[in-house]
Amino acid sequence: MNEQAIKLKVKDLNFYYGNFLALKKVNLDIPAGKVTAFIGPSGCGKSTLLRTFNRMFELYPGMRAEGEILLDNQNILAKSVDVNMLRASVGMVFQKPTPFPMSIYDNITFGVKLYENLSRSEMDDRVEWALRKAALWNEVKDKLKQSGNSLSGGQQQRLCIARGVATRPEVLLLDEPTSALDPISTAHIEELIHELKQDYTIAIVTHNMQQAARVSDYTAYMYLGELMEFGATDDIFTAPKRKETEDYITGKFG
Amino acid sequence: MEKLSNSANLKRQMMLDSLFRMTTRFFAFLVLALLVGILISLVIGAMPSIRHFGWGFLTSTEWDPVTENFGAVVPIFGTLVTSFIALLIGVPVSFGIAIFLTEICPPLLKRPLGIAVELLAGIPSIIYGMWGLFVFAPLFGDHVQPWIMENLGEWPLIGFLFQGAPMGIGIFTAGLILAIMVIPFIASVMRDVFEVVPPMLKESAYGLGGTTWEVIRNVVLPYTKTGVIGGIMLGLGRALGETMAVTFVIGNSTNLSSSLFDPGNSIASALANEFAEATGEFHMAALIELGLILFFITFVVLSCSKLLLLQLKKQEGRNS
Amino acid sequence: MTTTLTARSPNTDRTMSARPSKNSRNNAIYARRRFVNGFNMTASLLAMGFGLFWLAWILYTLLVHGLAGMSVDVFTKITPPPGSEGGLINAIAGSLKMTFFGTLLGTPIGILAGVYLAEFGERGWLAPATRFINDILLSAPSIVIGLFIYEMYVVTMGHFSGWAGALALSLLVIPVVVRTTENMLRLVPNSLREAAIALGAPQWKVTMYVTLRSAKAGVITGILLAVARISGETAPLLFTALNNQFWSGMNQPMANLPIVIFQFAMSPYEDWHALAWAGALLITLSVLTLNIVARWLGSQKSQSH
Repeated sequence: MNEQAIKLKVKDLNFYYGNFLALKKVNLDIPAGKVTAFIGPSGCGKSTLLRTFNRMFELYPGMRAEGEILLDNQNILAKSVDVNMLRASVGMVFQKPTPFPMSIYDNITFGVKLYENLSRSEMDDRVEWALRKAALWNEVKDKLKQSGNSLSGGQQQRLCIARGVATRPEVLLLDEPTSALDPISTAHIEELIHELKQDYTIAIVTHNMQQAARVSDYTAYMYLGELMEFGATDDIFTAPKRKETEDYITGKFG
Repeated sequence: MEKLSNSANLKRQMMLDSLFRMTTRFFAFLVLALLVGILISLVIGAMPSIRHFGWGFLTSTEWDPVTENFGAVVPIFGTLVTSFIALLIGVPVSFGIAIFLTEICPPLLKRPLGIAVELLAGIPSIIYGMWGLFVFAPLFGDHVQPWIMENLGEWPLIGFLFQGAPMGIGIFTAGLILAIMVIPFIASVMRDVFEVVPPMLKESAYGLGGTTWEVIRNVVLPYTKTGVIGGIMLGLGRALGETMAVTFVIGNSTNLSSSLFDPGNSIASALANEFAEATGEFHMAALIELGLILFFITFVVLSCSKLLLLQLKKQEGRNS
Repeated sequence: MTTTLTARSPNTDRTMSARPSKNSRNNAIYARRRFVNGFNMTASLLAMGFGLFWLAWILYTLLVHGLAGMSVDVFTKITPPPGSEGGLINAIAGSLKMTFFGTLLGTPIGILAGVYLAEFGERGWLAPATRFINDILLSAPSIVIGLFIYEMYVVTMGHFSGWAGALALSLLVIPVVVRTTENMLRLVPNSLREAAIALGAPQWKVTMYVTLRSAKAGVITGILLAVARISGETAPLLFTALNNQFWSGMNQPMANLPIVIFQFAMSPYEDWHALAWAGALLITLSVLTLNIVARWLGSQKSQSH
């Protein structure tokens, strides 16, 4: 990897829940324009790591991160970085679909309105663009005024992705985005991830190893708060360097 | 197989079962009958007044036990205005408290403050009344009221609300004390419903770069609107029917006045003050008719809010 | 943010015009949003302060005046005429008696009605109607309940009495107990009922010995909250128990703390005021204690599950 293509650089990151050390000296370079998957058994810290990239952990008392995370060479953990601004440039999608209690249209415009002053027609364009990006446009174009809750689970999740890309962030964080979905919706989302990586740097947490192998370019295997192995997905899945990684991937443990 | 065909025992059990079912059903019915009973007994008690004054009872501002001439405008007006003031002050404050407790309170203070708010909802209303009469009203009348009158009394449009003698007691004081009383109720309901908003939903809004306020305004509030409305209605129900806190401080005047600083009367305080001494032919009946009106008002308010909540729930059901 | 974040990677997006630079995206709108947020959060902090201010003031007043009025006499002598020594013992006893009988009358009715709503209330019109009415009774003005008992009992019997007061209080207990019983029974998992029925137990035994028993702590919490509520109620006693300067039986007008406080506080006599404050402190302390015990019991229950 050359230096230019690194989007997120994690340096000596420690993370605490109160006194519990949840991430231990994690060092990692996430390349730009690629999909990086995080795998590992439950409680290994993969979601925690993801949630440091937009400082979501700050919502909760007793959690703190030490070290550096550089987004385009700027340390986003620094106090001087405005957390709202950061979150506007790092989109996130969660385990379960989280449509806001408002119309489909308003769901998309919520984030856009926060930072941009768009005319009605510009906003319409943006909504269409975002929904097309999320491969949802054809299904909802006639019911934009309906509640986001009226969609099916898979559609809701794509709505959340559309909402995430509508603000045109640089990084997209996906925290087990298909864990609550059926296989067909999952396939949809995975296709979508392929499409989206042209424009965004994507970090995805999953405990489905096949999914990691299918969608990602790079894979990080984590265990008990440590980054055990990181490399190109093909290498990790075909020729893991460490015994622990191999055991996990082959299902001997986990 | 003998056990299965023991029909005497089976019959006994079935009888006991249906007896049990009928008993619980009877008591459920009793609760229902209670409301009907209240209505009927109040109508019967109020009959002399209803017959004698007719609809004029609802439009007359007269309330004169000596000449036996009664009209309900003054107490109804007092009840509605004090409750309105209570909500005007109480709702925003409760909303602020709920936001504070759920979003910005330091974790160490969260539990004690939450419990404090809940416990304060349990303080008997008579305490608020005593405090209002002995402590608040004198201070308010001596120090705050004159200042407000001087500065706001001359204002166009709203000046008329703040005129009269600074006595401390009156409609405004009653409304303010009602507000203090209903704040713990409304705030704890709002806090409870804010807390059930799924964290993930809030996180998605924060994840887009929303500020705390934007997350509350656009996600938390729409998500919890039924509960919030329910809480406000609960507070309104309390305020409308509250007796003791109001009776102490409203001043018990039977004159209609446009100034909030003048003494007035509410339905509940009229009942509390006059009922035991009512002797005239129509006085008692007129008081009971007031009670009927109060019951009717709260019934309508509570029913409307319940129906509204059902409606909203149905809508959400359709959408999902 | 600093300039590093403004230098963006080349835009690969083909559908839309170039991404806006960070700066054009932010400044004016974001400044306003930050201001609005700061303003509202400050307002919320002030609201908390506003609420606490009044409540602290009220409790402080109550403690100061209440402790000043407290003496052994309060618990040993009956309510005095103005200007002479006395206490509140007959009022305390009257309150206890009426609260006791009110709870005793109201609780079984409330529990049985609650059982119906939770266990048999799936079909038919009665359950939804009762639920609706019960919610209204729950917030119905207590003074109207007093009027009802006046009409039904006092007028019929021809005199005010402790029984009338207890009846009025029982009507306030019922809706609280109905509501908590139903809610608590609904929390009992259906598998527990099915397990009992699978053993061949008849419905009434399942309900009384299994369902209701496993919801016991919750139901008791509800009863305690109901007791807390009625022990501070004044309005429903005004036209039912009335008041009595002396000791009295349940069949006569009966002294009780709330009404004595009301009368004494509204009077012009200083020593009556002092007794009123002492009574107010007593009532508040007992109501708060009941609330705390109920809450503690409720939390015990949720921990054991």
